[in-house]
This record gives sequence, structure tokens and C-alpha cells, in this order.
Amino acid sequence: MREIRYREALNEAIAEEMERDERVFLIGEEVGHYQGAYKVSAGLLERFGDRRVIDTPIAEAGFAGVGIGAAMTGLRPVVEFMTWNFSLVAFDQIVNNAAKARLMSGGAISVPIVFRAPNGAAKQVAAQHSHAVEALYAHIPGLYVVAPSTPRDAKGLLKTAIRSDDPIIFLEGELLYNLKGEVPDADADELIPLGEARVGREGADCTLVAWGPSYHRALSASAKLSEQGIECEVIDLRSLRPLDSATVIESVRKTNRCVIVHDTWPYGGPGAELVDRIQRDAFDYLDAPIGRVTGHDVPMPYASELEAQVLPTDERIVKAVRRAAYQE
Amino acid sequence: MANGGDVAVSTEALQAHYRMMQTIRRFEEEAARAYAQGKIGGFLHLYIGQEAIAVGAAAALRPDDYVFQTYRDHGTALALGMPADAAMAELFGKDTGCSRGMGGSMHLFDVERNFYGGWGIVGGHVALAAGAAFKARYQREDRVTVCFFGEGATNIGGFHEAMSLAGLWKLPIVFVCENNQYAMGTPMERTTAIRDLTLKAQGYGMQGDRFEGSDVTRVYEHLCAAVDRARGGEGPTFIEIETYRFRGHSMSDPAKYRSQEEVDEHKKRDPVAITRAQLIDAGVSEDALDDVDAEVDELIDAAIAHADEAPPAKQQVMLDSVYVTTYPEAG
Ligand SMILES: Cc1ncc(C[n+]2csc(CCOP(=O)(O)OP(=O)(O)O)c2C)c(N)n1
Repeated sequence: MREIRYREALNEAIAEEMERDERVFLIGEEVGHYQGAYKVSAGLLERFGDRRVIDTPIAEAGFAGVGIGAAMTGLRPVVEFMTWNFSLVAFDQIVNNAAKARLMSGGAISVPIVFRAPNGAAKQVAAQHSHAVEALYAHIPGLYVVAPSTPRDAKGLLKTAIRSDDPIIFLEGELLYNLKGEVPDADADELIPLGEARVGREGADCTLVAWGPSYHRALSASAKLSEQGIECEVIDLRSLRPLDSATVIESVRKTNRCVIVHDTWPYGGPGAELVDRIQRDAFDYLDAPIGRVTGHDVPMPYASELEAQVLPTDERIVKAVRRAAYQE
Repeated sequence: MANGGDVAVSTEALQAHYRMMQTIRRFEEEAARAYAQGKIGGFLHLYIGQEAIAVGAAAALRPDDYVFQTYRDHGTALALGMPADAAMAELFGKDTGCSRGMGGSMHLFDVERNFYGGWGIVGGHVALAAGAAFKARYQREDRVTVCFFGEGATNIGGFHEAMSLAGLWKLPIVFVCENNQYAMGTPMERTTAIRDLTLKAQGYGMQGDRFEGSDVTRVYEHLCAAVDRARGGEGPTFIEIETYRFRGHSMSDPAKYRSQEEVDEHKKRDPVAITRAQLIDAGVSEDALDDVDAEVDELIDAAIAHADEAPPAKQQVMLDSVYVTTYPEAG
């Protein structure tokens, strides 16, 4: 094991899969000459050439569609959006084509493609650039949605995603790219399966469920709660589709309390889906209503104090857990 | 303001243009400084080098004409008359900002002056501008719409669909492509198969015009002609203006994709310096221009001081700005 950054872990995953399978290529804005808007693709153009690392004009619907068409006919594209906000321009391609080709063709066509980009708010980039899109895409049957929070998961899950035969929505985090963590050596070829949540911290008093950047907030809030005598079990879902509810249910049956944390809006969000599954499968085990700590139900404002209010904070998580434990 | 066919520019008007271009320049230099000090967050896209376009275009418009711009919007907002205080306060995320701290640098709005933003998704605002032009025609109003965007935007679907509709319906609109040569780090030859972007206008049945944009008077004259066509019912014009941004794409772009020599070459056509030289040629004294510069410096210093001291953006404004009508809802 060595320590590398989340961004480097992603870079290694793409490079290893391109090395392994000639059908894999990377396409998107600024992925080549510029080395990636967030430097995830640094060095790949030099290593693999412009046949396989392809800079595009600003034409998201176009290059997403080209990716889908190439995937349908035998290639394995990795499509980078500069951020997930811009995928909304390509929403039709992803929803109407990538997610539908297989069923409409009676299973004759598959779409082995990965769409990847940073997801969620960065810092003060305002309403049009702060979308957390998991609810939008997890809603769609035909797509899988993956959201790693650590360098190790980022690498192992991206490698799995690239080898997957289905369209994958791969949610990275601008605020995670610099995060360092242990990742197996390059030759380990670790593949982390989709749909397996990871218990990041064990605890008996309350289950905290999160993914992506909010997983780290859940961890730091649980450290504060521990000082107050409340031990949280923190679950990193890692993928939202397939959704590993079994791990969540098992934990809730032990802790009898649950709080879900996510950056995206509350209405119809993944938290709501989890609440439904938990109340169905662990109703008798619950000692308190399930809490949700989400981004507030507003488009993201620019001003930093307001942005900080809108996004989940440690304080809000602590409060929600204490409420679930009837200490507030 | 434009006055039909007569577009001769007086020394007085040129002086006003100089003052405005210098205002934009100094506004952005100070904004860059404030960004480095952490007083401004998010993305900050500077217009430095392109000032003649906003100023020349604004001069060709009437106050009730509509204007749409991208995230690179400070110059256009100021040229249309937005007070520097309101613009700077917005960049600082303050309640006295033109968008009350909700939008920031990329989302300046000044509806009173018919400046309809400040938009962040490339190509996304082009159809909105066509919509404003549609409204003016629908209401039989004598109003023209001008929509600005970069050359990078001419590759995205939103641009093409808006052009398609505007051409079909002969809407009273002028599309202004500010071709600053780069879309973020990508030079135009790697994004577009043609050099002359007005070829794209032909396919939509509209007039094209193409020129270099460091001379504010030239911009003004060409815009007057296009605006007159739109006003006269002759339909839209697509204008490609060759320009250059002297800074990176945004504050986070070190612009390593181009050489210092290239940037220096373009700086020889600095629109502010060109206008200054023209005024000197026209007999205006260095002293008089230095006085203008000093007044502009004062204005910008005051804008920074205002933005520093202004009250922060308010939560209530945020909550009240999501919907026009809110309904009491449990939870
Ligand atoms: C649909 C979409 N894709 C990507 C981006 C990220 N982005 C912002 S500005 C920009 C470059 C735009 O270049 P151009 O249109 O030439 O305008 P300029 O910035 O040079 O004024 C890119 C890629 C975006 N805002 N919207």
C-alpha cells in the first residue's frame, strides 16, 4: 500500500484500464492537452496519444452521444464532463439513449460506458455550477450510479465501472481530488464491486449513512458525537444504484437509529429512498424517526455564508443524531 | 446612443468610451486583487483585453434594448450603466450587490437597465436572448436584443437551435461572438472545422459580419448597422469579433497553453491604449486623460470600499427568491 491522492487514483484506474483494453478511450473537454480541468487525466494524452485521449469542443450532447454510439457498437468510452452540471446539456442522451438502448432492443444492445465528473458544490460557484446530481440519475433504471469517497474506492470502483457492460454515472468530488489515502500497489488490480457499502466506523448508538464528500462530514461529526458519548456507525454507500440496503438495515437493527446525510436536495432524494427501505425492513427496530441532513431546498446562492448554511455541516449532523437519540 | 445611419463619433463620445473602458479595466484589476485576498470566491472570469466590444456595443443600443451575456459579464454590465458599487458588491457576495449576493461574478443582472445576465452554462443563454427578441416582436415593441458569447459556444447545440429559430423567424436580434481565440485552454483550431465563423450564420439565413475588435469606434459602427437591420425588420445578424483575453480563462487558469510572446503581441492592440492614442491624436491632452484615469481610480476605490463595508447577503432574500409565490407546506 502507498498513499496517493484521489485524483491520482482515478488517473491510475483510467490508465490501467486503457492499458488492459484497447477499446477503452477517454473523451471530453480539456482532457488531453490541458491535462484535465481538474488534472485527473494528467499525462494520459502523452502516454496513449490522441486516438485514445480525445479533446472535444464544448458540445456535451454531441460527445456524450458519440460515446453512447461507440459503446453500442463495441468500444468502451470513458466520457468526462468538466463537471456534472454540464451533463444536464447531455441529459437527453444519457436518459433517452444510454439508459434505454438495451431494453428497447430486447437486450440485443448494451452500452458499456462510464460518464464521470466532479459532483456537487465546489466553493461559491453559485446556482448553475453546484448541482449534486445523484437523485436525477439514480432515478433512471438502466443507469448505475457510483460515488466513491476515498482514493482506494475511487480507483477500485472506476476500474470496475470501466469493465462494466452497463452505463455508469461516476460521481467524483472537486473537494475530494486532493484527498490522500492508502491505495493498493499498481499491480494489485483491485476491483471493488458495485453495490457494496463499506462500514467506515463502527458504533452502537446511531447509524449514519452517507457517500461522497458528505461521508467525510459524517465521519467528523461522529468524532464530535463520540466526545459526547454517542457512538455512530458510519456507512459509506459507495454506490447509489445498485443500493446496498442490506448493510444499512443490518446496522439499523443494531443501532435502532439512523440519520442520512447528503449534499443534494431533500425532495425525492436518495435519503427519501433509504428511509422507505429502512422503514419497510427495520420498522420494528427503530427507536426514533429516521433523520435526514441534506442540502437546503434552494438553488445554491453565491455568498459564502449562505452557501455554508445550505450545505450539510457537522453541527447539523450532530444535532440530527442527538435528536434521534432524544438528547435534543 | 445610436441615431440611425449617422454613426460619426465625436471626440466627446470617444472620451466617454475611454472613461468606460478604463473603468472596466480598473474594476477588474481590483477585482483580481480582491480575489487573491479571498474577498471574492468561486469563478472570476476577466474581460481584460475585450473592453472595446462591450463599450462599443452598449453605445449602439437604446436603454430599452435587451442584452444577454455569459459569465464573462463585468464589462457588459458596467458598459450598460450598472454602478461599479453594485457590481463589486455582488462579487463580494453582499446584499447591496446587483443580484443581492445570490449570483456572484458570473450572474450579474440589472433588469432596470435591461441587462438580463450573466449566465454560466455555455450556449444556454442564447435561446433566452432569442426569447427576449421574440417578446419584443410579439408586443410590437421597437426593441432590439443583443446576445454575447464566446467562439467556444458556437459548437454547442443551444447556440445552433437559437440561431435556427432566430433566422427562421427573422427576430430582431444581434448575435455577437467575442472570438478571444481560446475556449478555456483550447485554441479555436482544435474546436471548429472552419476559421470564418460567419459561415455558420449563412446556414441559418442570416447576415454575417466579421472584424477585429480592439477599436471601440469600429465596434460601435458595425453594431449600429446590425442593430439598425434588426430594428428595421431585416432580421438577425451574426457578428464575429476577433479579440483576445489578456488574462487566463478564469482566476484558476494559469494559461500555460499560450506563450508570453503571443500574449505580448496581442497586448500591442490593447483597446484602452488604442483609444487613448486616438484621443491624443484628436488633440486631447495627456493631462486631461490622466485626470480621467484618476477619477476612475477613485470610483473603483470607492466601489471596493463600498463592497467591503456593505452588509452580507441575507438568508431571507435567498428564501424569498426561490419562488414568486410560496405555499405553506409542512416539513
Ligand atoms: C455546457 C458547458 N460546458 C462546459 C462549461 C465550462 N466552461 C465554462 S467557460 C468554457 C469555455 C468557453 O469558451 P468560449 O465560449 O470561447 O467563451 P470565453 O470563456 O472564451 O469567453 C467552458 C468549457 C460550461 N460552463 N458549460
